[in-house]
Amino acid sequence: MEARVRIQNASKYFGKRGEITALRDVSLQVMPGQVFLIIGPSGSGKSTLLRSINRLETLSAGSIWIDQDEVTNPHGDIRQIREEVGMVFQSFNLFPHLTAVENILLAPTTVKREPRDQALPRARRLLARVGLSEKENSYPSQLSGGQQQRVAIARALAMNPKVMLFDEPTSALDPEMIKEVLDVMLDLARDGMTMLVVSHEMGFARAAADSVVFMDEGQIVEIGPPERIFDAATEARTQKFLKHIL
Amino acid sequence: MAEVDKTGRPQITISDGALIPDRAEKSLFSAWRISFFGAIGLLALLPILSPTPYLDILRFVPDGILSTFQVTVASILIALIIGLFTGLGRVSRITIVNRIATIYVEVIRGIPLLVQLFYIYYALGQFVAVPRLTAAVIAMSVCYGAYMGEIFRAGILSIPKGQMEAALALGLSRGQAMRKVILPQTLRLVLPPIGNEFIALLKDSSLVSILAVSDILRRGREYAATTFRYFEAYTVVALIYLVMTLFFSKLVGIMEERLEHRGS
Ligand SMILES: Nc1ncnc2c1ncn2[C@@H]1O[C@H](COP(=O)(O)OP(=O)(O)OP(=O)(O)O)[C@@H](O)[C@H]1O
Ligand SMILES: [Mg+2]
Repeated sequence: MEARVRIQNASKYFGKRGEITALRDVSLQVMPGQVFLIIGPSGSGKSTLLRSINRLETLSAGSIWIDQDEVTNPHGDIRQIREEVGMVFQSFNLFPHLTAVENILLAPTTVKREPRDQALPRARRLLARVGLSEKENSYPSQLSGGQQQRVAIARALAMNPKVMLFDEPTSALDPEMIKEVLDVMLDLARDGMTMLVVSHEMGFARAAADSVVFMDEGQIVEIGPPERIFDAATEARTQKFLKHIL
Repeated sequence: MAEVDKTGRPQITISDGALIPDRAEKSLFSAWRISFFGAIGLLALLPILSPTPYLDILRFVPDGILSTFQVTVASILIALIIGLFTGLGRVSRITIVNRIATIYVEVIRGIPLLVQLFYIYYALGQFVAVPRLTAAVIAMSVCYGAYMGEIFRAGILSIPKGQMEAALALGLSRGQAMRKVILPQTLRLVLPPIGNEFIALLKDSSLVSILAVSDILRRGREYAATTFRYFEAYTVVALIYLVMTLFFSKLVGIMEERLEHRGS
């Protein structure tokens, strides 16, 4: 089977002279339907890796593929690839001037130019799926953090993506709202969505992740099933980090 | 990286907004009320207390209000359009567009409005006969377009980076993201500063009287020149301007408050 997401020797340097290394020769393959959890200390390059997959960051070297499409090809149609990759941000980034349902409708009606009344039933189904049918006409400011993040997930799903990227989706949330968001993500994972999730939610990892990737200083240090990484990490850096966050 | 905006909406600090009523000031004798009703009271009282010359002045001068408004409204509308494109140019990633917009702003901001007014009227007048009112409107809108451009720029830049990223991640082009996501939010943000520019423009429009556009100031001058009632004429002129600007500053204040109450 072909990898859904294939990252080959990805490197990324920031700064005027490229003095900051965010990614150092990272390679990773995610098969269709797999869920990868990415963990690692602050500044280890987790966000940069995720943001390179839909080219919010441009790699300094290496290449990334979504199925047959090369994300890193500078002449490729990045917008078409972005339609196939949904992204959920730590800070939700809902559009504050639009209601929940309008947030979901924006991409289908703008990018795919679907007529509004044709896209509306789907948008409503997505809202129902994240349990927010009754919040259809609420503005983001009228929603709790957990509700906002669920709308953000529905918004990303509206383009029927093949892959979903989550960058610390629950770390801006109050503890009592984390579960409602993780439940939606679990549901997605069970549904066969290919997911890359930057998060330190061990429970979610054990329940849904096929692999846990530990990153440090821009490199993948260790990768394996959640049980092995959490309970029997072989690398000293992984053990140290896990002891720190547990 | 991206921070959660706990306080809600970003804000633009206003540099020229001394007239905007302080929202905390709710007392019966707020500075705004004293000035506004004081000015109206004086305008009503003076012709009663001394009908000559005030009654005459009040019959003569207000004709200029129409011209003042024509210049102000036409200029602000054109300045808005110029400003929108200038603002977009100032944040553009295309170097040449960015450079042109920036040069325009720098040049205009470096030349006094009065000089611009003369320049456009007389310099343009060498080649084409521009009607006074048109010259006045061109000069005012070109000038205010530059300031408006800076407001739009500040507005666009104050929208959190995550908004553009979320839009791009959904597959929108930069242009679509600008139109559907960034500008609608910017518009809400820049309305109060634009209101301030409107008030500033209303006041600056008195400069066009030197092109013999018969605005409020010009009418006052004409009256004074024939009757030598300089003090009385200019008192009325000043009070009329004051009432108008205070009225609009109140409107801007109310608008600002409304915008703040509506969900961010
Ligand atoms: N736009 C940027 N400009 C300069 N340096 C950057 C930029 N974005 C990231 N970096 C640097 O790249 C490195 C990796 O950052 P990244 O955000 O990917 O880490 P992270 O693992 O997501 O960290 P965190 O857990 O804090 O979110 C860090 O050293 C960071 O300072
Ligand atoms: Mg990060």
